[in-house]
Amino acid sequence: MSVTRALPRLDADNRAFWTGGAEGELRIMRCRDCETFIHPPRPLCRSCLSENVSPEVVAGTGVVATYTVNYQKWHPAMEVPFVVARVALDGVPGVLLTTNIVGCPAEEVDVGDRVRVIFEQQDDVYLPLFERID
Amino acid sequence: MHANDAFITGIGQSEIGRKLERHPLLLTLDAVKEALGESGLTIDQIDGVSTYPGRTPGLLGFSPIGADELIDALGMKVTWYAGGGEISSQLGAVVAAAAAVRTGLARHVICYRTVYEAAAMARPEEYPVPRRDRVDSYSQWFAPFNAISAVNWTAQYAMAHVKNYGLTREQLAQIALTGRANAMLNPRALVQEPLTMEEYLSARMISSPLCLYDCDRYSDASTVLIVSAGEAVDEVSCTPVRIAAMAGSVERHSWDQAEWMACYPTGADLWTKTDYTPADVDTVQLYDGFSFQAIAWLEGLGFCAPGEGGQFIEGGQRIALDGELPLNTFGGQLGAGRLHGFGFAHEAVVQLRGQGGARQVPGDPRVAVATSGGGPLATALLLARD
Repeated sequence: MSVTRALPRLDADNRAFWTGGAEGELRIMRCRDCETFIHPPRPLCRSCLSENVSPEVVAGTGVVATYTVNYQKWHPAMEVPFVVARVALDGVPGVLLTTNIVGCPAEEVDVGDRVRVIFEQQDDVYLPLFERID
Repeated sequence: MHANDAFITGIGQSEIGRKLERHPLLLTLDAVKEALGESGLTIDQIDGVSTYPGRTPGLLGFSPIGADELIDALGMKVTWYAGGGEISSQLGAVVAAAAAVRTGLARHVICYRTVYEAAAMARPEEYPVPRRDRVDSYSQWFAPFNAISAVNWTAQYAMAHVKNYGLTREQLAQIALTGRANAMLNPRALVQEPLTMEEYLSARMISSPLCLYDCDRYSDASTVLIVSAGEAVDEVSCTPVRIAAMAGSVERHSWDQAEWMACYPTGADLWTKTDYTPADVDTVQLYDGFSFQAIAWLEGLGFCAPGEGGQFIEGGQRIALDGELPLNTFGGQLGAGRLHGFGFAHEAVVQLRGQGGARQVPGDPRVAVATSGGGPLATALLLARD
């Protein structure tokens, strides 16, 4: 019952993010000089311009910063309703992930909900989705 | 007095429809001819062209006519032209044109935005959208989560406003209801039926808190604005409207990382470039591809404090045609159709010239704001008949 999704084309910049789920890891690019997290992942730090950046495994928990419940079927195979949310990740200041909150009725999700990552594999991509804690 | 300023002189607009048969190049020609006709300029006096976002191969309904194509098709000789999407939203094309005429690159620039989305969707055999196996660039951060439409991105800003400031559906509705009421006074507007609060509140939800009537509708149309150099306005027979100030910005362009909307810094920046203040503004034409964006623009431009936009438009009287700050007097995109940004500047000029007919703002308006963009992109124009 996997959801129909457009999948990202993997490249040198994004591969660590989209495949980290194979090891159960949520990986966010980080500057090793000034510790800024960089997302979308790029080969330099947007804070200090250092090229000394590499993916870091982060906690994978966070808070729903904002959300919407999508009711519109944008294509015939789309199952609605579902929640699109921005999750502010614990310990990863300045990064928001647009994602889906799954595992509960869409109408129950609210701003401030604590969430944790779960990965949904489709082909070679591991999509970081989130479910509510409690 | 304003010899070094840029002016909007001729304006033109094609019919606005859905699934039109008329070729998008000919819709553009209709708008160009109207703009030339009222300005008294001939095509030979046009020496610049500016558009947003340029031709979009693979999504031709979004922007079917490129600047170079229009130049060739109309046999123009230009000394400057530009077209592209990497600019601070739709009216960024007008900002670029204003910069061009102020620096002597051109004297009279045709700025245009042609949309053909309804027709292209209805005739996919003529306007095919190539099937993509994978997504990349910015869309990879939304599409895999089925956040496919801009409504999903905008709705999250609106929901934050609901949660942080108590924005209500009745308040959101005022943008849609005002637009629809004004559209009924605009013969060209796409939607000519009234909309009641009851209909709004019972409409199906698209992406909460935004319902069907919070979203504009794909349309087919072309809008033209001629931007002229101050030293060349005496060649024009219509009343020129001065671009008194302009501002534009980009937040983090990936919508998922832009924590808040670009209309806030751009709205504040606009007033640093002029002696006018919000109190001087007689009418506002604010981007409403989704209703919430117009509320955010009211806040960003300083007509009310951040978070107070819902209360500011409560009941709708303040933004009605006879209110203290008439908004989207042509119907906005919610009422007139998805002209994609250019309709707001077009209407500001109509109003400042007193050509609004049944929808004319009373009291001889002299100063207007027109904006485009939602989310991480924003452009604001302060237009004055002074």
